[in-house]
Amino acid sequence: MKKFIVEKGMVLPLDRANVDTDFIIPKQFLKSIKRTGFGVNLFDEHRYLDKGLPDTDNSLRPINPDFVLNQPRYKGVKVLLAKDNFGCGSSREHAPWALEDYGFRAIIAPSYADIFFNNCFKNGLLPVVLDKAIISELFTEVEANEGYELEVDLEQQAILKPDGSKIEFSVDAFRKNCLLNGLDDIGLTLEESETIRSFEENWRNSAPWYFTTTSATTT
Amino acid sequence: MSSKTLYDKIWDTHLVSEREDGTALIYIDRHLIHEVTSPQAFEGLRLAGRKPWRADANFATPDHNIPTTTEEREQGLEGIKDPVSKIQVRTLGDNCAEFGIFELKMTDDRQGIVHVVGPEQGATLPGMAIVCGDSHTSTHGALGALAHGIGTSEVEHVLATQCLMQKKAKNMLVRVDGQLKSGCTAKDIVLAIIGKIGTAGGTGFTIEFGGEAIKALSVEGRMTVCNMAIEAGARAGLIAVDEKTLDYIKGRPFAPSAELWEQASKSWRGLVSDADATFDEVVLLEADEIEPQVTWGTSPEMVAPISGNVPDPAQELDSTKRGNIQQALEYMGLQGGTAIKDIKLDCIFIGSCTNSRIEDLRAAADVVKGKKVASSVEVAMVVPGSGLVKRQAEAEGLDKIFIEAGLEWREPGCSMCLAMNADQLGEGKHCASTSNRNFEGRQGFGGRTHLVSPAMAAAAAIAGHFVDIRKLG
Repeated sequence: MKKFIVEKGMVLPLDRANVDTDFIIPKQFLKSIKRTGFGVNLFDEHRYLDKGLPDTDNSLRPINPDFVLNQPRYKGVKVLLAKDNFGCGSSREHAPWALEDYGFRAIIAPSYADIFFNNCFKNGLLPVVLDKAIISELFTEVEANEGYELEVDLEQQAILKPDGSKIEFSVDAFRKNCLLNGLDDIGLTLEESETIRSFEENWRNSAPWYFTTTSATTT
Repeated sequence: MSSKTLYDKIWDTHLVSEREDGTALIYIDRHLIHEVTSPQAFEGLRLAGRKPWRADANFATPDHNIPTTTEEREQGLEGIKDPVSKIQVRTLGDNCAEFGIFELKMTDDRQGIVHVVGPEQGATLPGMAIVCGDSHTSTHGALGALAHGIGTSEVEHVLATQCLMQKKAKNMLVRVDGQLKSGCTAKDIVLAIIGKIGTAGGTGFTIEFGGEAIKALSVEGRMTVCNMAIEAGARAGLIAVDEKTLDYIKGRPFAPSAELWEQASKSWRGLVSDADATFDEVVLLEADEIEPQVTWGTSPEMVAPISGNVPDPAQELDSTKRGNIQQALEYMGLQGGTAIKDIKLDCIFIGSCTNSRIEDLRAAADVVKGKKVASSVEVAMVVPGSGLVKRQAEAEGLDKIFIEAGLEWREPGCSMCLAMNADQLGEGKHCASTSNRNFEGRQGFGGRTHLVSPAMAAAAAIAGHFVDIRKLG
């Protein structure tokens, strides 16, 4: 996994609550069996004026000039500023894949849907939670200042604003460590193989009815 | 020992290890797999040279991409016209074969939507910890299992380690007291709950649904309720085990039998929250106040009773909410203040992991029997949740009732719930749908979804607009 230590970049304000996973990446793009290449279809139904299909040349599609991502001043954004309950809906990891593939490294929102929040950490994408009042202030500042940048420092757990002020945020110690070091969850868990094996053995003895599935599979 | 909730009990029996900050490893008994969220996970295993930790804990079936017309289905994989969909379904088959995982292929008559098939096969058992790369995995909580959706990285993690890394959620009890009025269903209960607590109301919680009205539901109805726990923001929904649960499971192919059944069912009877268990949050609803529900907007919380109206944004004082309503009404092509009954439908979809079980089909058939779909309705389809549901419905003659009324009778799959196959709602068209999400574009680009119960969808098919099912003779 890609490490996340400090990321600095321009901010995209997405002024909409309950942005769902279909909004982030519509289902027709979920047919891919790869992890990459979803960035061109991020926010597809709002970004383009026509219906998007997999395997088409997106550069030929009509752009929706009113959608914030298409405004020239937001070219090259790295930080997504969002509203409540961001990422609600499906468990599709294609949502963080699309955000990451587009170039986003951090999201700042008052709240997230659980599964999406979890999926972000598995992909080097940092979802920061801040108070509504601070978020609302950030929206005003981003919209008023072209080229507005934020520096997201995971080690310090702080966001550095252009005026030099800092906003602190909290993050799980374990997740922080994984992101800072780019650690792979599976590798970490397999270090506990012996514990898992002995748990499994005890569980098999106390609840053998969960371990009887093979006979049914032969029909 | 202090008293525990049902969630506490299942969590504790599955806790492998826990770090200081509360990050835990939870043992997974059953991993359900479909074709959309698994290919990258299997690829990850291959690249790392890993094997599934316990192949027999996995159970796969393709459901999202597969066609639902009989003609296409008879051709098997070749019947999938979209080459990208075909690759995904084929890849699932290849991966299951390579890693020794049990799969109900699209040609197997037990195949269907994974959340219908799991319980139907007895692959879902009380007290299990179950995951699937699909948010509607919460469905399985209806049988007293701790079940929730996971992302693809976690699918790979579960395949490789049989564990899931996560922190414990908080406990919420949603208690629905009293009795439902005639014509009101499990779907109306859960839509009313989401309308009350909102789509983020359950975020960070596992919701246990309880109370007289939940106990009175059939196991299938309970699945409808738990299915939509995720639409209230909760990864998992749970319902206590009772005799109905045990009756439902007994004799199913993957369920234990003989002496093992006796032991298991004895243990499962304890899968209820202790009487004095404390919940972090409690939400109360009165069942007799719940009317048939219809969503009018682009989020499941945008819901109104059949006797109500689409809200008028001008009446909303909170500016954020006003903006949300305006945005939704614009997308839905609806005017604030319109009576729900005046919303006209172009399409009817009866199916999905929420409402495609035999009882759902019986309820819909009961409404359309001897009647005809309104001429203004362009598409009306019934998509059973599994091959076995389809076979049962046909044995009862439900297929004939639907066909005579003018509804299409399809093969099982996810179909127009999320339109990954060819079953797509047209742009600007209004659909009465028994599915779970009314997001923009969910059922097809520009499509307008109204979530309802099977009986309400069936009644709307006949009338061409929403009607109060309670007032049908």
